[in-house]
Amino acid sequence: MLGVAATIVALLVDGVAYGMILFLMSVGLTITLGVMRIANLAHCGFAMIGGYIAFALVSSDHIGLFTALPVAVAGTMLLGALLERSVYRWVYTTGQLGQILMTLGLVFIFAASANVLFGSDLHAVGLPGWLSENWNWGAISISAYRAFIIVVSVVLATICWAILEFTDFGARLRAAVDNPRMARCIGIDVPRVFSITFAVGCGLAAAAGVLGTQIMPLEPWYALEYLVPLLMVVSVGGLGSLKGSFYAALVLGIIDTFGRYYIPAAGAFVIYLAVVALLLWRPQGVFARVST
Amino acid sequence: MSERADPKAVEIARSGFARHGLSLLDLLPFLCALLVYVFGGRYLALSIQVMVQIIFALSLDLALGYGGIDSLGHVAFFGMGAYAAGLFAMHVSSQPLLGLCVAALAGALTGLITGPLVLRTRGLTLVMLTLAVATMIQQLANAAGMKPITGGADGLFGFEIAPLFGVFSFDLYDHTAYWYALGAFAFVFIICKVVVNSPFGLTIRGIRENPVRMRMLGVNVTHRLVTLYCISGALAGIAGGVQAQVTKLVGLDSLAFLLSGNALVMLILGGTGSLYGAIIGATIFVVLSDRAAAIDPFNWLFAIGAVLILAVRFAPQGVVGLITDAWQRQRGRRRL
Repeated sequence: MLGVAATIVALLVDGVAYGMILFLMSVGLTITLGVMRIANLAHCGFAMIGGYIAFALVSSDHIGLFTALPVAVAGTMLLGALLERSVYRWVYTTGQLGQILMTLGLVFIFAASANVLFGSDLHAVGLPGWLSENWNWGAISISAYRAFIIVVSVVLATICWAILEFTDFGARLRAAVDNPRMARCIGIDVPRVFSITFAVGCGLAAAAGVLGTQIMPLEPWYALEYLVPLLMVVSVGGLGSLKGSFYAALVLGIIDTFGRYYIPAAGAFVIYLAVVALLLWRPQGVFARVST
Repeated sequence: MSERADPKAVEIARSGFARHGLSLLDLLPFLCALLVYVFGGRYLALSIQVMVQIIFALSLDLALGYGGIDSLGHVAFFGMGAYAAGLFAMHVSSQPLLGLCVAALAGALTGLITGPLVLRTRGLTLVMLTLAVATMIQQLANAAGMKPITGGADGLFGFEIAPLFGVFSFDLYDHTAYWYALGAFAFVFIICKVVVNSPFGLTIRGIRENPVRMRMLGVNVTHRLVTLYCISGALAGIAGGVQAQVTKLVGLDSLAFLLSGNALVMLILGGTGSLYGAIIGATIFVVLSDRAAAIDPFNWLFAIGAVLILAVRFAPQGVVGLITDAWQRQRGRRRL
């Protein structure tokens, strides 16, 4: 009985940690997909870039994870802003197919660059000693790393939520999300708001990429590998809804972890079946507001 | 046609071809295929790959270029066809044509089952759902519980394909396989032509341009789209079937997203919605990637990525679009 409870607790921690990583990655994607209406298949690539920057810093010099993290986030934000200003601009009006193809091209370029710079092996950012331990309370054992992921993600999510809810910029972004035309009419520079949001989304993805390397190891095809789970989070959560993404990421992370543990014969199949069923039940997303 | 042919019969035959949009120009790809066979004996295996990918790209063009179904999961049909052909050869019969029919049926069935679910939606949700369905099928084939059937990561191998028509055996020299793939390509091309130029094809194009209006005209939009999805699925299944029968190997990579992505690249390279774009794009893509893969696979990926981004910006209609533009400019100049 105690053993079962301990397993469930451990699985819950794993599932929530995985879900939080997915959530951090999905913030930028749900904005680009749901609000800017860009089918952005390259979003996961920004998580990969962040991860690789941190990996390069941590493994080459004597730089700790906590110094590398902000550098990786800043670097990825800069790159994201540059790309948004250039190639993403091109496809704002081309329609969905053009966006899919352009971002697919970006994914290919990311993959090729990652392979040239880091080779095709799996990589993970090295952890400080205290993070690789397990905390034990009787039969219950919790990985410090996963608890750390959860704490950092919750902090980041809270900061995002506070900015969105209480600052001037947050109010402008919410207005632009709800009604871009009206927002423009009352003098909000909607494209600029979206550009900033895009860069911030890239930064959050990078943070998730850096933190999650032990769960999702870095490899050249990272951007495609984790694209599908990410898209599932966003579409189940409802496009453009941060709160929806949050719940969807948690639920999918937990279902996936439990599914893999208890029905190993089905592997990752459980989660896809669940998502297709959820999307058929509510095509606009399970957690989406009914009005939109 | 001889001179003594009945003019009326000639007229009927001509109008029959014209009705399906077939012209003498359509013989060009097959003429090229013949030249390759005669002069390029070393490249038969590569040419078979080209034809398989052409069939796959044609099936995607039908759904995407004509029906406006932005599918990121077309590989599901390809893989189902490949696995169906492989399993059929393994357990039921090694007759190639029968196996190909089974592959087409598997593709069509996949379309029939997933189509009504997926095609209710539009836009981004549709893209996500096609991707999710394809990934789901790949995970199903990969799942440990399915290993006795699909072979898991090892895939299916060790099945034999009987000689075509009981005479021409699929040997190491690929001669039979070449004509077999060419035959499949010709068949699929004609089917595409017929479908595209039929009243059904016009309806489909109408739906692509304006689904709401077509519904108002009394067209059952979802029904037509599902039909198109099934046809497209069957053709993609044929591509997968030919691939499986010719290589005598089916792996999980025949269900991988990369194939869907590649087919999209071929279409954008060639141009969507013209069928010729699929042929040109697939040929360019497969030949170039074979050459480049021999030299440096990942730098080739870099080039493909750059070409994609630039193509979206500067040549959204693909090679066919560039040719048509140049042709029209030329004609305009002549008139002046």
